[in-house]
Amino acid sequence: MTGGPRLFSILRQGAYLIASIHTALDDSQLLRFQQDLVERIGRDRARGVVIDVAALDVLDSFASRTLRDIGEMARLRGAVTVIVGIQPDVAFAMVRLGMDTGSVSTALDLEEGLLFLDRATSTVRRR
Amino acid sequence: MTERASVVDDEGLLPQLVAHLREHRTRLRQEWAGRIHEAHLLQAMTAQEMAAETTSVYDNYVEVLETGSVEALQHYARDLSERIIPRGVETHEVVGIVLLLRDVLARSLFEKYQRDFPLLNRVLDAYEPAANRIANTVAVSFVDERERVIRQQQDSIRELSTPVLPVRERLLILPIIGVLDQQRARQLTEQLLTGIRRHRAKVVVIDITGVPDVDETVANHLVQTVDASRLMGASVIITGLSPLIAQTLVTIGVDLSKMNTIGDLQGGLEEAERLLGFAVTRDGGTGGP
Repeated sequence: MTGGPRLFSILRQGAYLIASIHTALDDSQLLRFQQDLVERIGRDRARGVVIDVAALDVLDSFASRTLRDIGEMARLRGAVTVIVGIQPDVAFAMVRLGMDTGSVSTALDLEEGLLFLDRATSTVRRR
Repeated sequence: MTERASVVDDEGLLPQLVAHLREHRTRLRQEWAGRIHEAHLLQAMTAQEMAAETTSVYDNYVEVLETGSVEALQHYARDLSERIIPRGVETHEVVGIVLLLRDVLARSLFEKYQRDFPLLNRVLDAYEPAANRIANTVAVSFVDERERVIRQQQDSIRELSTPVLPVRERLLILPIIGVLDQQRARQLTEQLLTGIRRHRAKVVVIDITGVPDVDETVANHLVQTVDASRLMGASVIITGLSPLIAQTLVTIGVDLSKMNTIGDLQGGLEEAERLLGFAVTRDGGTGGP
């Protein structure tokens, strides 16, 4: 586990977790983010996860792969993931470099992300 | 130097030449104007303007011969071009009149020095490089000015060419008309992505009815734009693909599986409204058939 100040925050909001990345993370910080988040999903019994990357002006291939992995892991732990706040430049750069978020959904911003989770988890709840 | 005795040395030739041209200014200018008229050049200008401009050009011309510096002429030529380009004066006309002036002046030098052939040769040696430089300068200035105007127009066309229009809450339309080249495609992407952010769009309809054809690079760019929009949480509907573009896209093997395309703009808007949960109904009263 790497030390130093946390460059991300994971907040609980009802049945959802809101994970914000505050600044560009290096690879080990990303892995720490992944571990913390996946752990919190189980501990908080979260049904949905919003990952907010609005503060990032760059997303490299490792970062986007990690985000995709987190989505998959979260699904295995029973939560839907949505990535929000990808900046226009970042979005186009990602596509140019052939990166995407795979099966993980995306939304414009936090508000949209929460709405998306409401819809995505409502089917589960109604049962 | 054991050169044959002559009236003047080489350094003295140009001043002498300039003095000659100044002395016969009126006659030579008129002769030149006559030749321009005969050649049917600059017909967009009135006789008065013609007289004024030919005088200025003549004086500038002689001045360049005298000083060897083309700066003033360059400035004048650019200024002149700015005035006459909007009136449809062509490059060949401008080059034509300068060459005519060169010929008129050369002819007059010929006349003056014809008795002394070696001297004439040296006079022409001094005159020709300067005259050619002048012709060059004027032509280049004219073309530069024209290109500047063209660039300016291109910029303004480009600015107008990719409007991002909000039609309903969270619904944008991008009508694209005209040839989609790489630069425009790049600009389109930029405007679209920032537009999605600004208007918080969820659905975007890109209408390419007005685009005659696309090449592979642009097609791929379009696909990437759609993907990038998706990353920002917006879905893109493309409408109005022409038969030609449809064939191009399939032939070059662009991956279209993720593209949502609909025949025309009307259908695209209906689909967009459906995605957004709008239902447009006609109220029973006015406007019905």
